[in-house]
Amino acid sequence: MSASFNTFLKLLVLALVLAFPFVGSAFYTELVAKGLILAIFAMSLDLLVGVTGLVSFGHAAYFGVAAYVLALLTPKYQAANLWLSLPVAVLVAGLVALLVGFFVLRTRGIYFIMVTLAFAQMAYYIFHDTDLGGGSDGIYVNFKPSAAIAGWTPFDLDQPKALYFFILVCALAVYGGLRRLKESSFGSILQGIRDNESRMLAMGYATYRYKLAAFAVAGALAGVAGYLYGALYGFVTPEYLSWHQSGNVLLMVILGGMGNFGGAVAGAFAFVAMQEFFAAWTKHWQLLMGAVIVGAVLFLPGGISALPARLKRKPRESADE
Amino acid sequence: MDFVSFLIQTLNAVQYGLLLFLVASGLTLIFGIMGVINLAHGSFYMIGAYLAFALVAQTGNLFTALLLGIPLAALLGALLEWALFRHLYKRNHLEQVLLTYGLILVFEELRSLALGDDVHGVAVPAIFSASIKLSDTLSYPVYRLVISAVCVLLAIGLYILIHRTRIGMMIRAGNHDRDMVEALGIDINRIYLVVFALGVTLAAFAGMIAAPVSSVFPGMGNQVLILSFVIVVIGGIGSVWGALVAALVIGFADTFGKVLVPDYAGLAVYLVMAAVLLWRPEGIFKS
Amino acid sequence: MNSYSPKITSPGSIWTRTATVATALACAALLPLGNAQAQSGKIKIGLMLPYTGTYAALGNAVTNGFKLYVEESGGKLGGRDIEYFVVDDESDPAKATENTNKLVKRDQVDVLVGTVHSGVAMGMAKVARENNTLFVVPNAGADELTGPLCAPNIFRTSFSNWQSAYAMGPVVYEKRARKVVTLTWKYAAGKQMTDAFAEAFEKAGGKVVKEMTLPFPNVEFQPFLTEIAALKPDAVFVFFAGGGAAKFVKDYGAAGLRASIPLYAPGFLTDGTLEAMGDAGQGLLTTLHYADGLTNAKDQAFRAGYAKAYKAAPDVYAVQGYDAAQLLATGLSAVKGDVSKRAELVKAMEAARIDSPRGAFTLSKAHNPVQDIYLRKAEGKENKVVSVVSKALADPARGCKM
Repeated sequence: MSASFNTFLKLLVLALVLAFPFVGSAFYTELVAKGLILAIFAMSLDLLVGVTGLVSFGHAAYFGVAAYVLALLTPKYQAANLWLSLPVAVLVAGLVALLVGFFVLRTRGIYFIMVTLAFAQMAYYIFHDTDLGGGSDGIYVNFKPSAAIAGWTPFDLDQPKALYFFILVCALAVYGGLRRLKESSFGSILQGIRDNESRMLAMGYATYRYKLAAFAVAGALAGVAGYLYGALYGFVTPEYLSWHQSGNVLLMVILGGMGNFGGAVAGAFAFVAMQEFFAAWTKHWQLLMGAVIVGAVLFLPGGISALPARLKRKPRESADE
Repeated sequence: MDFVSFLIQTLNAVQYGLLLFLVASGLTLIFGIMGVINLAHGSFYMIGAYLAFALVAQTGNLFTALLLGIPLAALLGALLEWALFRHLYKRNHLEQVLLTYGLILVFEELRSLALGDDVHGVAVPAIFSASIKLSDTLSYPVYRLVISAVCVLLAIGLYILIHRTRIGMMIRAGNHDRDMVEALGIDINRIYLVVFALGVTLAAFAGMIAAPVSSVFPGMGNQVLILSFVIVVIGGIGSVWGALVAALVIGFADTFGKVLVPDYAGLAVYLVMAAVLLWRPEGIFKS
Repeated sequence: MNSYSPKITSPGSIWTRTATVATALACAALLPLGNAQAQSGKIKIGLMLPYTGTYAALGNAVTNGFKLYVEESGGKLGGRDIEYFVVDDESDPAKATENTNKLVKRDQVDVLVGTVHSGVAMGMAKVARENNTLFVVPNAGADELTGPLCAPNIFRTSFSNWQSAYAMGPVVYEKRARKVVTLTWKYAAGKQMTDAFAEAFEKAGGKVVKEMTLPFPNVEFQPFLTEIAALKPDAVFVFFAGGGAAKFVKDYGAAGLRASIPLYAPGFLTDGTLEAMGDAGQGLLTTLHYADGLTNAKDQAFRAGYAKAYKAAPDVYAVQGYDAAQLLATGLSAVKGDVSKRAELVKAMEAARIDSPRGAFTLSKAHNPVQDIYLRKAEGKENKVVSVVSKALADPARGCKM
């Protein structure tokens, strides 16, 4: 595929997303906004799973924590300030990830998967069982964050289009930022750790610190997604932190194909679209969802994004490369 | 807590731990020997419980139901291994997580289609329906003690199977070095088929014998799934003894957590897990 | 353990797929625009209930009850045909607002009906308040819905958690119990129930000596049974429902506690679970706004109609669904099906006297039923009515500013 064609496709996707709020109905605009938020969420996990080789099964914790920060920072009859609450939420999510990472990164492989799950479950029970955030019934965010800076309001997130474009800008920033991070020397070290950690250790890299940094960054970015999700839907519940959400975001990453963030975006949108179509179709839509997941793993190793390459090279490659 | 209460709570903890062990033992086998993460393990527990309900409804007797249900579960396990899991051994953990995650949805919906969404009960077999008096107000149901005894017997049986028999030797060898075992002319695929069927049967069996005390209801598999994983990981993947010890640890953490720190009981189990893994990152008994 | 190796693909192919998915989504998004206006002759009713997961049976019963009334009325409410839009809420609060938006924003329903799970209902209430959509709750008992969150457009045809538990307080006291222990799952509904019971019971002169909770949805009750046996209270009050309820009652019986310490609970303990409890459930006393064996003509007609339509016996959830349709019918008839006359519609609904199978009820200022609460006794597979323990009990609607 030529570079110019690639650029053309990127621009086409961008044009579609930019034009969407003007042609799509309010509901579908919100749905695409949700897709964009989940794309941020999936990209943040891709930094761990695809780039660094760390399979976290508890990523929903950071998403949920940030959503709760927004809910707790929003006064009952007033909006929280965007420029204050967003950084705080992201920082808190990042710090929680740093703390959890400090412990979990001492384990490896399957143990890592399970310990990340254990910490996420703890966070889930803290919000579910204590009065901190309204308990199991959840908590409302009655007002969308206000973008006012010293009396001047550049945009109003109560307007669905403004919120949509704010989310889009965040998604693009996260995508761009993560791409650059991957190309940076830090990114190369992370990929080195993924491919062969002992070699990186032998070369003198303190791999633990790099992994910890990646874990915290991923947590903070998941926090961006969680914050936006809370703002978009105005409702936060402990279920945001449940292991099902952690499973769903892993599903998005794998469904799309890992390692370069575009796959995570495709996976997030495919996930949203599938849920939407199947649920509209039949009461037993989870059966279809499950069957598609099973089928995707068996017949689509590498995810959606590997499909064209597989079709092209089929004759020479076996099914389970 | 007075001493008598403490003793009874200890009994509760052991009894609960043993039941958890029964579910987790199948998981640790599949996990450790075949290297497959199986999130659908809870579904096999659920399937077992519903099998017990359906078969007892047909035959009127839990023992007959067990007699019919165990081969059915083994067959289901063998079928799944042949159709799905066989293709997963060389894949990474991530894809295993994903496929089995999809299977949870499939099994739950199939259950809903076949048997509906109601809560059902299964009667305790008449000969075990008595209770033993522990104090002037509290009795202990005999059936719970029977379950505990069955769990202990199974633990011993599994230990003997894996460490004292020829097939156990092949299983252990296959776990250690798959290629070498194949080079020696042992059909590793057949061993895996047997192990997987055994793992599914253990989970379904746990569901079947637990059905009279736990009732049968939608989503019941999810509740034991995460706990089973916690146990397998604490115990050390693939270690039957480890699973037994870990299950008892979790039984104690849960029981005494509820009594002593009721506000944080939800956290107790996971705190224990995190603590153990920080102390021993590969579980108590690394296999 | 096999080593970990992600598969890296070229960026170009990813963009191809993203573009395809985005395009497909965009096309799908534009399609329903045309449909939405086409059928403006019908009243659009959005049913958002659980059709999968733990509460699926309840969601189906509510739906059946609702549709039964509509069928009995010739498929019309307020003289207009009905069109249903159905969404499975999965009892997942994480998707609550989004699923509600499907009905409110995408399908632009005139009335929103749902749901079972309180956390999901809270999310629905938020969307309904923001969009001023008429919202009828046919189950979820969260006190907030007709308390702090009450609104002119939010109605409930079921119960508040406070109601079903408060009524039990005097009953337990009259059974000569003075020291009581409560046990429930540690979540909002459980706390509301046990608090309301404690309020009534202590007002009567009793004392709740210990409030015990266990993490939701944990069903290992043995440690608590041991504690109860050690504390030797005069009675135990619990709130559990579904699979957990069946297991609790069996465990309670097997521990020999039924013989010495009576067990009381809101009716959810024994609704739809008696078959699963077997002998252990027999004789249990519970309070609820519905019971088997009521003698009013409406209930008998309702039961016959339900059995004929669905080949099954109705339960309290079916009644609540049926009454949701009745309440709507009252309002819609008053405005002759013209939903744009919202103020009149709401006024008619507020003034409605619903001839429910549970017995007639009216609505409180906060739009919650003012209803009789029955004491019921479990016999066979039925919760037989014993007596009316609270006549026309109204929820205090704490925090409602309407």
